Amino acid sequence: MDFILRYFERIGLFVLYIINELGSLIIYLWNCILSIFRYSVNLNNLFDQMSFIGMGSFYIVGLTGLFTGMVLSLQSYYAARIVGVTYMIGPTIALSMTRELGPVLTALMITARCGSSMASEIGTMKISEQVDALEVMAVDPFYFLSVPRIIASMIMLPIMSIVTSLIGIFGGYVVYKFFLGLNGTVFVDMIYKYIKLSDIYNGLIKAVFFGIILATISTFKGFEASGGSKGVGRVTTQAVVLSSIYILFADYILTSILF
Amino acid sequence: MIILENVNKSFKNVKVLNNLNISFEDKKITVVIGRSGEGKSVMLKHIVGLLRPDSGRVLFNDIDLNAINKKELNELRKKFGMVFQDGALFDSINIFENVAFPLRQHLKLSEGDIIKKVMSGLNDVGLSGIESKMPAELSGGMRKRVAVARAMILEPETVLFDEPTTGLDPIMSDVINNLIISTQKHFKYTGIIISHDIEGAYKTADTIAMLYEGAIIEKGDAEKFKTSDNPVVRQFVTGSMNGPIVI
Repeated sequence: MDFILRYFERIGLFVLYIINELGSLIIYLWNCILSIFRYSVNLNNLFDQMSFIGMGSFYIVGLTGLFTGMVLSLQSYYAARIVGVTYMIGPTIALSMTRELGPVLTALMITARCGSSMASEIGTMKISEQVDALEVMAVDPFYFLSVPRIIASMIMLPIMSIVTSLIGIFGGYVVYKFFLGLNGTVFVDMIYKYIKLSDIYNGLIKAVFFGIILATISTFKGFEASGGSKGVGRVTTQAVVLSSIYILFADYILTSILF
Repeated sequence: MIILENVNKSFKNVKVLNNLNISFEDKKITVVIGRSGEGKSVMLKHIVGLLRPDSGRVLFNDIDLNAINKKELNELRKKFGMVFQDGALFDSINIFENVAFPLRQHLKLSEGDIIKKVMSGLNDVGLSGIESKMPAELSGGMRKRVAVARAMILEPETVLFDEPTTGLDPIMSDVINNLIISTQKHFKYTGIIISHDIEGAYKTADTIAMLYEGAIIEKGDAEKFKTSDNPVVRQFVTGSMNGPIVI
């Protein structure tokens, strides 16, 4: 009996933890939004972050998109060949990339690359009293450290999502035409026929939300760092894990609302 | 004038500040000494509003830091400079940008004026020619001197020093102590130093206060501390392991 009670207690504690984290996150995001209105955003800082998130992630998201598109092309071919609809491989890849895989994979890759960096950078600043130094110098750390990162992620995620989707579709096309020996014109024509503008912009709306989620969680976790290098490592791991979970959760919610 | 009135602060049921009462005289240097873990840094963080007391008041020129909003607190903080224990220099920007940081944030100066002020600030602490270096390239003593230059750049009314000589060799400690004395004479700021360095305290302080078990147990000039008959103070200033302070 005790064992069962302990089991439910653990589940309860986990649920409370998640609710508590979510509440703290919303308050934190609200403070960041207030900071945007209270002070003007430092453009140099914002462009630095945009460059880090965007240009710095170009190769990793590009490769992710390329291989995803190529694999999709191969896998779709094995299924489509059976029912004789290989001409639908193009739209299948394009829809998958624009609506789903482009935004989600981009967000997960940028979480791994930039979210971890945001959490560890702010975490290190926290434990080495640099965040305190900012406060003593009358500089709001949310405004200075979080806001540029959140805005930059919000802007760059959709852009990088387009890059991932385009390269993915290109990868799919290469496999379709050169490895499977099918008609490339059909691939392109069918994409034009079946893809709607709403598929693209709804995917981009998702990416905006993913950008807000990953930067908010990562910077928030950075501010929670304590206890030396181990503490920084812990919040960095938490930032990546929580961001990924919330991105996947938000993906489901947004998909059910948008499509 | 800075006054702490009946300040109490606990962390996880451990009482760190216990009805602390202390005032810091304007334009003088007060050194607060005490063992590690006695709450000296906690006291310092209360003075700049980084921590809020569980009860009691922290007054800066009769303004209660707990009774003002964030915007007002930030306005007040512009009157403070703080030198952190390890300098707390921003490690992603070079020394020039570190010292220029408060100027860029709070004053609308031309780039020429910023360069002039930063160079003069670094010159004051004896560190000309290191502007393009990164904080990681500097020794501990140099980092602290840069931190002093950064803290002084807005010519604040009050400068707080969190263990400025900890971790430095005796010669560099003396350099930092002389730097504190000379900058205080030049800028006429109210200096609050927390330290374990007794010799440094005798040299720099107009007033010394000792924090023990979360409260001030002795306050006076260097001579008073040298001749104190308080057994706790005597044990601390002589550095003896035998006495009322339990290790």
